[in-house]
Amino acid sequence: MWFVIAFVIWALGFWINHKLANGEYGQSRATRIAIPTIFGLTILFVWECLVRGFDVPMVILPPPTAIAVRFGTSLDILWIDFVQTFIKGALSGYVIGCGSAFIIAILIDGSRFLKKGLLPVGNFIAALPIVGTAPIFVMWFGFDWQSKAAVVVAMVFFPMLVNTVQGLAATNLMQRDLMATYSANYIQSLLKLRLPAAMPAVFNGLKVATTLALIGAIVAEFFGSPIKGMGFRISTEVGKLGLDMVWAEITVAAIAGSAFYGIVSIIEKALTFWHPSQRGHA
Amino acid sequence: MPMMNRIVPIITIIAAIIVVWYASAVLMNTKWATDQAARKGVELTTVELIKDTWSQDRPRLPAPHQVLFDLWKSTGEMALKGKAFSKRSLIYHGWITLSSTLLGFVIGTLAGILLAIGIVYNRVMDMSVMPWAITSQTIPILAIAPMIIVVLNSIGIQGLIPKAIISAYLSFFPVVVGMVKGLRSPTLEQLDLLTTYNASRREQLWKLRFPSSISYLFTALKIGMAASLVGAIVGELPTGAIQGLGARMLTGSYYGQMIQMWSALFAAAILAAVLVGIISMIQSRVLGRLGIQL
Repeated sequence: MWFVIAFVIWALGFWINHKLANGEYGQSRATRIAIPTIFGLTILFVWECLVRGFDVPMVILPPPTAIAVRFGTSLDILWIDFVQTFIKGALSGYVIGCGSAFIIAILIDGSRFLKKGLLPVGNFIAALPIVGTAPIFVMWFGFDWQSKAAVVVAMVFFPMLVNTVQGLAATNLMQRDLMATYSANYIQSLLKLRLPAAMPAVFNGLKVATTLALIGAIVAEFFGSPIKGMGFRISTEVGKLGLDMVWAEITVAAIAGSAFYGIVSIIEKALTFWHPSQRGHA
Repeated sequence: MPMMNRIVPIITIIAAIIVVWYASAVLMNTKWATDQAARKGVELTTVELIKDTWSQDRPRLPAPHQVLFDLWKSTGEMALKGKAFSKRSLIYHGWITLSSTLLGFVIGTLAGILLAIGIVYNRVMDMSVMPWAITSQTIPILAIAPMIIVVLNSIGIQGLIPKAIISAYLSFFPVVVGMVKGLRSPTLEQLDLLTTYNASRREQLWKLRFPSSISYLFTALKIGMAASLVGAIVGELPTGAIQGLGARMLTGSYYGQMIQMWSALFAAAILAAVLVGIISMIQSRVLGRLGIQL
């Protein structure tokens, strides 16, 4: 019975999307939002039906309704974990890491020598598994959020540094010459020309860093944490086979991650409205 | 000399990092050294103090040479003794991590390329899957790693496969997003040209879209490889930390073995650098053959 329903819903979802995509309004904004939404809902329904149909035990895969119920009834715990991991761990590390990388990038920008040395080294370090520093920072800074923030700082620093340095190099000789003919000093040409021109690359770094920050804060909690936090809750609830709670935390992580990214993108749109990549989408 | 021009700044930066590291080792290990000396009732001269901070058994921050020495002791020296695959050797643990990384990476990459081809040739798939693939990159997917390990363990699957699944999952999305961009990179004129040649869809894919996606593919492969390695390391944490580089880090943190944690971290970093380096080498070879300038 459940299989039939699952199949019908799948076929229905596919049929609607097929009609929408190839229909008259295939390119409209509403369709562009509707199609992925229908796809996502279809997956949720099929998931629910299959879990019920196959009688999959809760300890392997809970149905979406059970996750939603758990989400609704544990809002207080989820909120405490969110504050601990996201606000205290990820966000403070994100601000410190990105802020210091931004300032250092501006400082080294004057020196060709430093740039030539730091860019390859920074690119190299950005490709390394920095998450592995988590146990070390936990030993240095203790179990609470300070160690998580330190991991986040280590993770976001180099991607941000490399992007900012590249962004500051985005102006061409003509533009800089123009500033010179206006007899602009270093500060003026930095504030009026080079920093605005660097913004697209800076925001690239800021957006990459949002995901890294959340990953760093959650994974660092696997190495030891006080009895709250998203990573802590995931690892202990997995141990207790409370998978509905695990999925509820993952839902929070997903919402927090995409909201964080979304907010940074909105700020980007507001600040770099002049850039070709932001125009023409209206 | 352009070569010197590039290398001198890099070496300077690396030297600066090492100097700062040694200095921090002195600062962070001083307290332990002076405490020990006070307990024994001796005064340390500055030279003795510095010497001590660079050679403690359980330092807060091990000096670089201590890490390198431990790294050599647990890899090269054990290999020379013919015990390269003993359980105390980092070669053994590194191999455990490497094997699941590579298996997952291959699965994730192949699945990613297939999905990308589907997305490029099917409007419904494009419009329904692509937004989710992009959103998934803003989500800390790594958080589900412990759950995958434990759930698969409870239905009897353990060892290599669960970690490989995490690695595959992490390398999958970067490859999808990169390949879709790459397969769409041919210009309208190029596509039109193939249409005038009466090329079939398959010929269009193999002769135009695929070759023009190569440089996008390699960029995605490098990101995917780094993500796969992180996935395998994190996947080793919840299983009780038996084998693999992630397990070495976790046991190190249980027993306060800073040097062991640092050498596991270095081993992971070297592994990542070698893997990404191999991809870069293949990339420059392939792009060179295709006549694409880097």
